[in-house]
Order: sequence, then C-alpha cells, then structure tokens
Amino acid sequence: MTLAAIIFLPFVCALLPPLVAGGARRRGLCAWSAALAPVAGLVLLLGHAEAVFNGQVLIQHRDWIPALGLNLAFRLDGLSFLFTFLVLGIGLLVILYARYYLSEKDSNGRFYAQLLLFMGAMLGIVLAENLLLLMVFWELTSISSFLLIGFWNHDTNARKGARMALTVTGLGGLALLAGVLLIGDIVGSFALTEVLGAREQLFAHELYPVLLVLVLAGVFTKSAQFPFHFWLPHAMAAPTPVSAYLHSATMVKAGVFLLARLYPALAGSQLWFELVVGAGMITFLGGAFLALFKHDLKGLLAWSTISHLGLITLLFGLNSPLAAVAGVFHIINHATFKASLFMAAGIIDHETGSRDMRRINGLWRYLPHTAALAMVASLAMAGVPLLNGFLSKEMFFSEALQTGGLGSFSWIVPLFATLGGLFSVAYSVRFIHDVFFNGEPINLPRFPPHEPPRYMKVPVEILVGLCLLVGVLPGVIVGPVLAVAAGATLGGTLPEYHLAVWHGLNLPLLMSLVAMAGGLTVYAFRYRLYAIQNRWPTINANLLFERWIQRLLLLAEHVTQRLQTGSLQAYVAWLVGSAAVVLVFALWPLQAWQGERTLLPVDGIALVATAMLVVGALGTALFHRWRLVALLLLSVVGLVVALVFARFSAPDLALTQLSVEVVTILLLMLAMYFLPTRSRPDSGFWRRSRDLSIAGLSGLTVGGAAFAVMTRVPDTISDFFLERSVPQGGGSNVVNVILVDFRGFDTLGEITVLAIGAVGIYALLHDLRLPLARFDSDGRPWAGDAHPIILTTISRPLLPLALLVAVYIFLRGHNMPGGGFIAGLVASVALVLQYLASGVHWVHQRVPGDYHPVLALGLLAAGVTGVASWYFGAPFLTSTHGYVHWPLVGKVHLASAIAFDVGVFLTVVGATLLILANLGKLTAEGKRIREGA
Amino acid sequence: MEHLIILPVLLPLFTGVALLLLARGSRSLRRWVSVLAATVLVPITLALLLQGLEGPARVYALGGWSPPFGIVLVLDGLAGVMLALTAVLALPALLYACRGDDARGPNFHALFQFQLMGLNGAFLTGDIFNLFVFFEVLLIASYGLLLHGGGSRRTRAGLHYVVLNLVGSSLFLLALGLLYGTAGTLNMADLALAVREASGDEAVLLRAAALVLLVVFGLKAALLPLYFWLPAAYSAASAPVAALFAVMTKVGVYAILRVYSLIFGAQAGELAHVAIPWLWPVALATLLLGGLGALTALRLSATVAWLVIMSVGTLLAGVSLATAAATAAVIYYLVHSTLAVAALFLIADLVAHGRGDKGDRLTAGSPPHHRMMVGALYLLGAMALVGLPPLSGFVGKVALMQAAPPAAGGGAFWVLLLLGGFFALIALSRAGSTLFWRPQHQPSNEPMDPLRLGVTLILPALMVALSAWADTVLRAGERVAAQLHAPDRYIEAVLGSAEGRTK
Amino acid sequence: MELLLAVMIGTLTATGVYLLLRARTFPVVMGLTLLGYAVNLFLFVSGRLVVGEPPVIGASENPSDPLPQALVLTAIVIGFGMIAFVVVLALRARGELHSDHVDGHGEDH
Repeated sequence: MTLAAIIFLPFVCALLPPLVAGGARRRGLCAWSAALAPVAGLVLLLGHAEAVFNGQVLIQHRDWIPALGLNLAFRLDGLSFLFTFLVLGIGLLVILYARYYLSEKDSNGRFYAQLLLFMGAMLGIVLAENLLLLMVFWELTSISSFLLIGFWNHDTNARKGARMALTVTGLGGLALLAGVLLIGDIVGSFALTEVLGAREQLFAHELYPVLLVLVLAGVFTKSAQFPFHFWLPHAMAAPTPVSAYLHSATMVKAGVFLLARLYPALAGSQLWFELVVGAGMITFLGGAFLALFKHDLKGLLAWSTISHLGLITLLFGLNSPLAAVAGVFHIINHATFKASLFMAAGIIDHETGSRDMRRINGLWRYLPHTAALAMVASLAMAGVPLLNGFLSKEMFFSEALQTGGLGSFSWIVPLFATLGGLFSVAYSVRFIHDVFFNGEPINLPRFPPHEPPRYMKVPVEILVGLCLLVGVLPGVIVGPVLAVAAGATLGGTLPEYHLAVWHGLNLPLLMSLVAMAGGLTVYAFRYRLYAIQNRWPTINANLLFERWIQRLLLLAEHVTQRLQTGSLQAYVAWLVGSAAVVLVFALWPLQAWQGERTLLPVDGIALVATAMLVVGALGTALFHRWRLVALLLLSVVGLVVALVFARFSAPDLALTQLSVEVVTILLLMLAMYFLPTRSRPDSGFWRRSRDLSIAGLSGLTVGGAAFAVMTRVPDTISDFFLERSVPQGGGSNVVNVILVDFRGFDTLGEITVLAIGAVGIYALLHDLRLPLARFDSDGRPWAGDAHPIILTTISRPLLPLALLVAVYIFLRGHNMPGGGFIAGLVASVALVLQYLASGVHWVHQRVPGDYHPVLALGLLAAGVTGVASWYFGAPFLTSTHGYVHWPLVGKVHLASAIAFDVGVFLTVVGATLLILANLGKLTAEGKRIREGA
Repeated sequence: MEHLIILPVLLPLFTGVALLLLARGSRSLRRWVSVLAATVLVPITLALLLQGLEGPARVYALGGWSPPFGIVLVLDGLAGVMLALTAVLALPALLYACRGDDARGPNFHALFQFQLMGLNGAFLTGDIFNLFVFFEVLLIASYGLLLHGGGSRRTRAGLHYVVLNLVGSSLFLLALGLLYGTAGTLNMADLALAVREASGDEAVLLRAAALVLLVVFGLKAALLPLYFWLPAAYSAASAPVAALFAVMTKVGVYAILRVYSLIFGAQAGELAHVAIPWLWPVALATLLLGGLGALTALRLSATVAWLVIMSVGTLLAGVSLATAAATAAVIYYLVHSTLAVAALFLIADLVAHGRGDKGDRLTAGSPPHHRMMVGALYLLGAMALVGLPPLSGFVGKVALMQAAPPAAGGGAFWVLLLLGGFFALIALSRAGSTLFWRPQHQPSNEPMDPLRLGVTLILPALMVALSAWADTVLRAGERVAAQLHAPDRYIEAVLGSAEGRTK
Repeated sequence: MELLLAVMIGTLTATGVYLLLRARTFPVVMGLTLLGYAVNLFLFVSGRLVVGEPPVIGASENPSDPLPQALVLTAIVIGFGMIAFVVVLALRARGELHSDHVDGHGEDH
C-alpha cells in the first residue's frame, strides 16, 4: 500500500511539529520534522515513476465499508502522478519557505501540523480511486483549509475569511456528495475505473443534468469559479505560505482536478459545454479585469488566480481533447509561477511591512535578487515567450479559435480569450512596474528593505527556474509528464500536438501580440481607469456574504420564535390538539358508534352519580380561580369515580381510589398552603374560546371512543386469569393475584415509580425554603390555618386502630378485596393524620423521620421475592403457595406472593410518608420563617 | 444463563435500592457502587447484543406465565442494540457526573440507576402495558435527574417537561384502553395477530389507538409539533444528565420502530403502515426546523439540543421509508447520533468550565483551559455531528442517502438531509470560532479537571471506532432490520406459532 | 348506562383539558387529576360494564374482566406518584421563580 503510505504519512507526521515545537531555536527542527512527510512521499512516488511513464495504472485496494461501496482504493495514473508531484514538491518548498517566514510568536507547531493535515487530504483527493473516498478527502481539505486560513485567529478578517471559505466549499461539498451518490446509484459502483467507463450509461440517464449540476457546483465552489469566486480573495488573510500553497497547486486546483478526473465520464455534452465554458469564461475575463484594480499585492495575485482557474476551467469545457491537454499543461505552469509569485509577495510584505502597491515602489534598488525572480515569474504569468505561461496560452488561443459550440456566436470565445490575455498582461506589468520601479517607496513601515535570508529565496529560485526551463525546452522538461497526465485525463489516445516555442506566424501568435500591446496600453492609461473604477460602487463580498448569512439567521429566528414561544399553555395545546385531531381523523370512518352488546339499564342512582360528577367536574373548571372551592369539588369527583368502580364490580379499585383520593387531597391542601388561594383571570376571550374548543373536541372524541368500545362484545384473554387464579395463583381475588403474580412485574415497576417519585420529591424539597406571606404583592390572601385541636384529639387514639385495619386489609388481600397497596395507603393516611393533627415534631419524637430505608426495604423485599424463584430454577417472580395457620385470622391460604405484597406495602408507606412528612416539615419551617420575619 | 436477559433491569434496580439504603452513607461509597454497577452493565448488554443479533428473539416469561397471559421480556437485535448503546453511553456520563455534578443534590446516583432500569425495561419488554410502566419509571427518574442541581432555568424547563409528559402518559393509557378494549390482549406479538385479523369498525378503533400512540411516542422522540420542550430542558440539564438524555429521545424512536414494524407493520392487513403517512412529512419538517433552530441558539448546549431534534427528524424520516435498507441505516445513525450528541454536551460543559461566568454562552470570552485540546475535541465532535468525513456522521448520512435513492422518492429527504447538515455546519463553525478564536484574555478561570477531559475523550474515541468498523456495525444494522421486517419470526418466538391466537 | 359512563369520561376529559390549558400551576394540577380520572375510567370500561360480579372466585359465577381492573390499579398508583411530584414541583417553581405561573413569569411575588 505505498500509495496509502504517501497519503497517510502527512497525517502521522502532523503529530511531530507540535511535539518538537517551542522557542525560536526549535523553529528549524519544527520545519524539518514537517518536511519528512513530503520528502518520503516524493521518494515513494518516484519509485513508481517508471511504471507510470510506461502508461500503467497502479491501483491498490483495501476494504473499508463495502456495505456502502466506500473502500480504501487508490489509483496512480499520469494525472494523479502529476498532481501528487505538485502537491508534494510545492508543499516541500512551502515548508522550507515558511521556516523563514513564520516568526517565533506564531505557534509553529500548530501551523505545520495543519499544513500537513491539509497536504494529506489533498493527496487523498488526487490519489483516490473510489469516488466516495475522494469525497472524504475533499471535505477534509475544506476543514483543514478552514483552520489554515483562520491561523491568525486573533484577526477578524482571518476568522471571517475562514468561515466564508468553509461555508462556500462546504455547501459545494454537500452538492458534490449528492452528485457522487447519484453517479454511484446509476453506475452501481464508486470505483473510478467503472465510472470512467460508464459514459453512455450516465449520459443516457434522465438524472444526468442533475448530477452534472451537482458535481459542477462542487467543482466551482472549490475552484472559485463565478458565482462562487468571492471566498478566495478573503482567504488571503491566511499567512502567505498558506496562500502560496492553497492557491497555486492545491486547494483551488482540487476543483479543476475533478474536472480532469471525471472528464471521460461527464464531458462532451452540450450542457457541459455551456455550464463549464460559461463559468470559466466569465471568471477568466472578470478575474483578469478586477485584478488590475487591486492595490493590495496579494489581492492582485488572488484575482489573477481566480482568472487563471477560469482559463483552465474554460479549456476543459471546450469538449476538445487538445483543449484538455492545454488545460493540464496550464495547471502545471500556473502552479509554478503563481507559487513563486506568492512567495515573492510574502518576501516583499515581510521586508517592507506593507502590501500596498501605491506605497511599495522602486524596490529594484533594495532587493534586486528578489525583484529579478518576481519579474520573471510575472512575465510568465503575462504569457511572454520563452516562459512556460506563453506555451499554454498559445494552445489556449488556438483552441479558442477552433470552438464551434456556440454556433454563429463562436467568435465570442477567441475575442474574450484575447481580452482576458490583454488584462493578464496589464496586471502582470503593473506587478512589475509598480513594485520594482515607478519611483521611490512612500513611507514604508520598515525602511530600507533588505534582501531576505538566503534560503528563503531558494524555493522561489527553483520555481522560477522551472518556468524558464519549461519555457525554453518544453519537450524535454515537461513533455513526458504532460503526455501521461493528459493521456490519463482523456482516458484514451492523445491528440496530435507538439510543444515548441515557435509555431510560425499564425493567428494565436497574433492574438498574443494584440494582448501584449493592448495590455501595455491599458496599463499606460491605468490612472484614468482607477479614477473610473473609483466611481463604481465597490462590492464587498464579505459584507454581502455576511448579509446573506444574517438573512438566513433572521429567517431561522423568525420561524423558530413562531413555534418556540416558551409558553407551556401553547405546548400543551399542541399536544392535546394533535391527539384530538388524530382521534377525529381516525374515528371518522366509524360505521356505528354503538356496538351490538346489549346496554345495561339506567337507574336513578347512576343518574344522580353522573349528575354529581358532571357538576363537580364542570364546577372545578369553572371555579378554578377560587381554589379551595375547586379543590372541594374535585374531591367530590374523585368520590364519584370511586363509587363507579364499586358499582361496576371493582371493589379493589374503589378502595384504592378512595385511599388515593384522600392522600391526594391532603397533598393539594398542603400545597395550597403555599400557593395563592385565588388568582385573577389571565386569559382573554379568544384564548378561552380556543381552549374550550380543544377541550370540547377532546371530550367528545374520548367519550365517543369509550362508548364505542364499551358497547362492543369483548374478546379477551381474561378467562385465563379467572381459571388459573385459585389453582395456580393461590388466591381467589383475581385482581390481587394478577397484581402480585400474573403481572407482578408491572407492580414491581409501579412501586418503583412510587419510590423514585418520593426520592425525587425529597430532592426537590430538601433545600426549598418557602416563606409564607399572609398576603402577596397584589393583596391576594394566602391560606395558613394551624392544626385544628379537634383533629388532634380524635386522630391520636385512631392511629393504632387504623394500623390494625391496615394489617387486616393486607392479609385478606389475596382472597378478598384489599392487598398491600391499599393497606399501605390506609396505614400512611393514619400516620399522616398524626402529622396534620400534632405537627411534624410531635410525630418525629415517636417515629423515625427518615423514610428512605422503609422505601428501600420495600423495594428490596419485592425484588428479593422475585429473585428467590431463581433458586428453584424458575424465572423471576415465579410464585408458590400453601396453607398456614395464623393466630386470630385463622387458616390462611398463604402464597409466596404475599412476601412480594409486603414489599408493596412497605414501599407505599415509605413513599407516602417521605413525601408528606417533608411537605409537612416545609410548612413548619415556612411558619418559622414567617414568624421570624 | 437464561436469567441474563432480565439483569439489565434488576441490576440497576437493586443498585438503586442499595444506594437508597446508603443515602446517609459516604458519597464516595455511593459513587463506587454506582460506577461498578454501570461498568458491569456494559459486558452484560454487549453479550445480550450478540445473542439478540443471532436471532431468533429470546423470550423470558416472568413468573413462568406463558404469553400472551404473563409479561414477557423479548430480546432481539433491536433490543440488544438499544441496551448496549445505553450502557456504553451511561458509563462515561456517570463517570463525568462523579467529578462533582452528582454532589449538587441528594440521590443523584439512585435516580441515575432507576433511569437505567426504566430504559432497559422499556427496550426489553414484550408487553405494551408493561412498556407503559417502564416509560413511567424512566420518566419519573428523568424528572428527578433533569431537576438535579436546582436553579430557576431547570425548574422552569422541568415544569414544562413534567406537565407535558404527564399528559403524554394519560394519552398512552387512553390508547391502551382502546387497544385492550378492541383486541383484548396486551402482549405485543399477540396484538400483532389480533390487528392482522381486525376489520371494519374494529380496525377503525385500532387505528385510533395506533395514532394516539404515535402522538405519545412523538412526544418522547421530540417530533414536530411536540419537541418545543426539548431545547430548554436539555440545555438546562446538568451536562452528564443531558448526555444520558441523548438516549431518551431515542426511546421514542425505539418505540416507533417496534410498534409500527411489529404490530402495525407491513403485515398488519387493513392497518398496514398506519403511521407512515403522518410520520414522513412530520419527520422531514422536524429535520428542517431542527437545523434552523440550531442557528438561533445562544448557548452551545442549546445548539446541541437543536441538533438532537434534527437527528430525530432524520431517524424517523428513515424509519418511515419502511425498507430493510433504510432501517439498517437508521440503526447505524441512531447509535452515531446518540454518541455524538452526548459527546458534544460534555464538551460544551468543558468549554463552560473554562470560561468562568460566560459559561457556554456564544459570546466572546476568555478561552477554555487546554484550548488546543478542548478545541480539537470540539472539532471532532462537531465534524461527527455535522456529518463530515471521516467520522461516523458521514457514514450514517451516506448510508441513509443510499437507502433512499431519489428514484425511489428519496429526493426530498436528500435535499433536507444535506440542507440540515449545512445549517449544522454554519451553526457549529460560528460557535467554534466564537468560543475558541475570539479570546478576550481574562485572568480568572477555574483550571480544567483532567479527569473530566479524559472521560469526555471516550465518546469521540467511540465515534472514530464507529466509523473505522462501520462495516461491522452496518451489517449488524442489516440483521436488526431483517428481524424487524420479518415480524412472524418474532411472533413465533413469543407465541410458539404465528398461526391463530393461542387462547 | 354505558352512555352515562361515556358522558362521565367525556366531561372529565373536557374539563381536565380545559384546566390543563390554564396559566397557573394549581389549575393545571387539578386538570391533570381530572384527566387521570378520565383515562382510568376509560381503561376500566375497556373491560366492559358488569354489575355485581366482582372478580373474586366464589363470590360471583361469571365475574367481570379482572385484567383492566389490575391495570387501572397500577395506573392509579403511578398517577398518584406523578401528581405528587408535579405538586411539589409547582411549589418549587413558586419558590424559585417567585410566581405560580406555569412559565415562571407573571406578576405575583
């Protein structure tokens, strides 16, 4: 897996610089440790050079996520070889350069680590054989470039530029992901070898336009093509080595790389031509034009980068093999001269402390060496003969003349090409003349500037040397690699072309000359142009972008606040409302509300009871602001419910309901001790009518549903329980047997809920201090009566009796209505009565104040009874039973489930008292606070 | 060891009881007991996960009463996944809490254990009423945990959370009444058979029950329009509790997966896929609104809370595709999103700890201690949550998208999924650059607790593993999906035979 | 008779819901209680109405369906726990938010 090694070396080596970093003297070490990865990478790469130049395609594969078709598959062919070489080579030079560029104040470790992460990601893109894997690295470049651009994160522009780059390229990445997945869905594989061969399949598919647009969205955002170009100039906030790397050979080249990579699969359609040429043309021309007006050195280079990327894109869009060759060629050339120019700009910035070309003039005298290098490089950028830029530009012009894609409008392409060339000449000339001649420097921060350290210039020299060599001897220097790279791009036979400086007098040469002359003239009239341009409204992409983001945020704000009102009433309305709506919707098709079961006859008592309940319920709702009244009415309702249970053969329920009712009312009484006993109406007419309609709707649907269910003939599993209760459950009270045996697990959960509730309540109360104001701010009276004497006198003798009753209820529970739960409640009510009657302190002198253990023991008893059955090899909660003689009560049919019921009993007592006792404490303390106050 | 199945319920129960008995004992003792139990739970649940994936479903009849009459616990792949996920999530959350959050009020550890009991019971039970009971157990425990530590924000959020869930419980009972009154049984497998035979008005009543249940589960899962309580509640909860709550919404997702594949699934005759026409649009809307909400958050924890909602929308959209492939992807995404969200809640707390009174508010302030370290953690967590490669979020997203090709009507899903990811990207990158890149150097910060940092590292590590071994997890997901989409096997395992009702 | 039960359940639901939608904690608690009654009755009647046939073996020849009764009993207990919790929470809210408004704001102090 040498290819994998090339990619993952940078990721691994990224750990080194932070480790060795620290102090000025360690900077060198830092840089060298970072340089390890690219050096090793280059060695590994050149090891495969021969194979590649013999036209072989090296593919290495290892499974990662076959389920998704996402595998660690790598591909080394001419194209990926070229790019890998550029990424590693220029990366190495940038590291060498950064060694002298960064000051000891910058955290070198972080810088190199992030640079290496980026390098690895970039290598992944160019070496990936699997499109999804390419996606993975694609996104990684977005993230790592985000970190690099934001390296100087104390600077607002750096942060904004970084966020902008991430947002734009991120958006493109998502589009590309969709596009790639579509391709995979159509082709049935993400392997490039398959995809590149599936051209017809893709073209034939109805979604081809969609996926093309999606893929191109990815490409254009990454390669800063119109209309997504605006992020690139703002990325210039990054340290110059980063710009030199990202904007020459890597980041922005990833987009055009993908164009080249997918050329055999996607190129050739009219849509491709229109989209790619369109975007490329506008970007090429617009970029070149705007570059002229940038007074910031890096700004000029940024816009020229945009323009050259447009040129490359345009070339790939022309749907002609030769143009594609020219595109690949220009990728190489642009990488070399642009990298060197950025480095030169960095040096100038470094030495003069400024990047403003209106101030930096006549540096020729101060840094002649740097000046010479920069001038050669910018001449190459201008496309002057004997330099590499010239060759690819010539090819471009001749291709521009060949295009027929626009029918009768085809003359536009060469025209725009010439214009673009013209402006490139103009801004290149400006770079040279403004910076190195054009009079004297104007109050530079650092003056006089000196030549930089010797080795800082080495990378520039190497790159500029390449520009020259390629320009003079193209065939020898770049011929072979261009051949294999272009061959891999076209995925077929190369068209006929020959690299030479002199093609004789022909139209392209003429166009070049026109561009030169025109460029010089334009530059000559530059001040007038600046004057005109100054009158134009300046568009700040940053503000524009931020405004868009702000719009999005406002939209989000608006939508969210509509729903997220923070009002519980609204939320409850939504909840109940949706339930009511689905019920209405579901019950609508019901044929007959009344089923075939014969109804029970109505009698007077039932009518009265119903009347009582309805009145009670309505009263509660009506008088809810007079809370004592409402509470009394509520207890009436609870009473009637208990009666209903009793009437319809559910004695256990009746008892339970009754005892729970008592405790609940007690609870609410205690609560009311702290809450206003009255409250003003605080909902208007509309609100109330809305609530009434929701309430009415729910009432109708639920009541109707109940009726529909009640009146149908049941078909249940209940017979089983009735049959097995006595023989197997050992109890004749089926309900109780179900509770402690058939469905004992429910009961276990139920008492757990009770226990947790008590514990939670304890947690809520333990540090709560509620003062008892007699009146609140707007004079609403508060309840606060002391314990009535009569209660005291009655309740104390009552206690033992009540406890006895509890025990009795408990013991008979298994066979007659009763059982642990009811018994527990009765007992606790009796105890609570003591609290009410005699106060917390009186009681706590007699019974332990902390009910946690009672609670826990209850749960423990229940749980252990359940686990005990494991001992007999039976599942949890399996019961057994037999007869036991019991004093007083007599012969009792005792089931092991009784032990379980003891657990229930204890838990209920523990929980109820834990709750009420602590509430009681609260009232006592509250009183003390008030009296204290 | 046939009792292994019930241990995930009993172990936390008895631990909780023990902790109550130790309520007056030393805190460190309680910590040890609690952590020990949570640790033991991990291997147990992992073993159960393997058993569950093997299939067929394993049945544990409580009290020895044969279904449909007694309550049964049923272990299948889905249950196994949820159990293991909960245990794996609970341990780091608990360890984190042991660094001080548990001391902010009484009985934290008991409540935590009971919470686990409720969750595990809900995942295991094969009886719909018992599901209700365990819902109540986990809910009342969650009330306690949410309010743990006090403070007005928690109390307000808690009040809303509690009231809404009480209404939800009432609705659950209502649905149960409809179910029992019509089908006359409570065992889910038996219900499935009853539902298949249902027709006419019987089917109508059952549909009503099914839809009311959807509202109940939708409230738990935080679906539109029932998620409004969530952002306040989750961002108000103490960090370890919020991390544990990452699995709470997934309980709703679980219940929906279970009930609408087993009882109201493809084989449910007249009631086949009764929930989907409602679920699909609502889930998509939830996904979008969750993403938008994330942009409005003023605290990091709130941003994360909104992303919880977004992940729920994503999951349920996947569920309502109702294909085996989609369900498999959903399983993966469920595991991923739970871990990722939990991780970010803890990281948000780390950030808050470093920034003094600014907390995790998204305003410039002094940077957290170990800025590089915490920053890297944040980057990892954010990448995973946004769905950026190479972390689990990307894998999950791709799996979901592949399971719903636009040709098969997944177009809207693709658009919203990517858009949501984009919103998350904006939200988290803005948050990150504010928290880590806009330092206004103020002197006083409480120093970073190395152990908190260490514990927090566990979750991102898990996410890395989740993507490194994604294939294994996805295959497991396929198994689970296969089981869910062939309910007959489940019913057979529970009732002996899928032919006719055993009565 | 069934109709009367339906009326009861409907009324309890409606009044419960109405109170739930009030702005103060106390009515909300009462609303929850009423709603609790309603659903308990609903669950109870899902076992159909039978007069004078308690599910106690020996006490009646064809007893009523015991299962819903057991379920309702469980529901009542759980409901009790929940109501208790929410009541105390309301007190806590009063203490910490200085208001008995469900959203914590509102005028009283």
